Amino acid sequence: MENPTFRLALGLCPTLAVSTSVVNGLGMGVAATFVIVGSNVIISAIRNFIPGKIRIPCFIVIIATFVTIVELIMKAFLPALSNSLGIFVPLIVVNCIVLGRAEAFASRHGIVKSIFDGLGMGVGFTAALVIISAIREILGNGTIVGLMVARSFEPALLFILAPGALLVIGLLMGGINFLSEKK
Amino acid sequence: MLNNNLTVSPAPHIRSGMTTQKIMYIVICSLLPAGLAGVYIFGLSSLKVILISIIACVISEVIFLVLRNKDPKTILDGSAILTGLLLAYNLPPGVPFWIPVVGGVVSIMLGKQIFGGLGHNIFNPALVGRAFLQISWPVYMTTWKNPRWALDAVSTATPLAREGARSFTYMDLFLGNHGGCIGEVCILLLLAGALILLFMKIISFHIPASFIGTVMLLVWIFGGNEFFQGDFLFHLLAGGLVLGAFFMATDYVTRPLTKKGKIIFGIGCGVLTVVIRLKGSYPEGVSYAILFMNAVVPLIDRHTKTKVYGAQTGKASPA
Repeated sequence: MENPTFRLALGLCPTLAVSTSVVNGLGMGVAATFVIVGSNVIISAIRNFIPGKIRIPCFIVIIATFVTIVELIMKAFLPALSNSLGIFVPLIVVNCIVLGRAEAFASRHGIVKSIFDGLGMGVGFTAALVIISAIREILGNGTIVGLMVARSFEPALLFILAPGALLVIGLLMGGINFLSEKK
Repeated sequence: MLNNNLTVSPAPHIRSGMTTQKIMYIVICSLLPAGLAGVYIFGLSSLKVILISIIACVISEVIFLVLRNKDPKTILDGSAILTGLLLAYNLPPGVPFWIPVVGGVVSIMLGKQIFGGLGHNIFNPALVGRAFLQISWPVYMTTWKNPRWALDAVSTATPLAREGARSFTYMDLFLGNHGGCIGEVCILLLLAGALILLFMKIISFHIPASFIGTVMLLVWIFGGNEFFQGDFLFHLLAGGLVLGAFFMATDYVTRPLTKKGKIIFGIGCGVLTVVIRLKGSYPEGVSYAILFMNAVVPLIDRHTKTKVYGAQTGKASPA
């Protein structure tokens, strides 16, 4: 299983920053999925026309277009989410997952395959975000999706901060590696 | 063929009879007086914290050892007990019981076992636990109690954190007649324990001397209202400097190997402690300074390597 966060260690920066609550994580994941799928489609469609030496800037332009679409939609219809995700929505442009998949897959394969690859990566990223956000939100804030988990529980602030993110991701990665080696 | 009268074995050829276990227990014993002072000064809640911390550490270590399929009897080497003791000494006396529990679990699991157990950890485990607790529950970790006989026995601030509200005499600070962490307040007994360790050559004076010396020098220069007016004696006696310099920076696993390395390590710790205390937003910088320098130790070791006996510098051996 090639989960981008836990196996390929891609896109960790927005993951760290955004996974403080499940709502944020979900929102970011869906936005990123849209961008990945959309840009994979276009890049795959014009892959034979992009000159090799300038392909990265070309990808960026295409990705940026989709990110702008997402950003504007979010600002219009989900302003609260847009505010809490802040600068990380535009930063999807340089999210390594998007660029990495475009480079590694979409530029070499057909449109349908690229759609599925994008969906797979996007869903994987979203799932990872939701899992990490859930852990961090429960342990660090005592809530899940905004609801209190237990009344007498004192949340450990560390998990809401950066070190908590790194700890959770690291331990989850370790756990997944351990489980997959057992097979 | 080998002559059967001669036994050939690799180094070391001189043995001293010291084992890890003995060292651990000697260190624990040298720390006990300061802890007892903490209990005497702050009351039985301190004893509760100390015991819970030790039990939590030992149980975590057993669980982890079993999970890693290692012999659980190695907990008898005393290192988990020592970690529990040191962790408790770094906590305020009135904390709720789950704080040392979580701290103990984190210290052992994240500070020690996850790196590969005793000898493999990069950071001082007790400090890892304390840093985790400090960031996670800052309110609990900064709620202090006055000594039992003080007029207002409930919450107060440590001498380092106060900006001069109640003045402390140096004797107050030396004996521990003020608020603070359980094991850091009674400097007198901490020094007594440290002298035992120095006398038995378990620790060398290099790290504590360079650490404390640097702190005192820098505080003297920069700590006062003008240059060279800092109250270095205050900074020596208040806060966790003595506890940290003698008992935590000198931890066997996480300190440099050579004398030069130790001095560099001590200076680094001192500089960081002063920077955090004088300019940073925390009143106490010792634990973060030591943790930071722990991370730098491999670098220090690499650059202070001693020459291998018989080797020639600068000449590559024909491979």
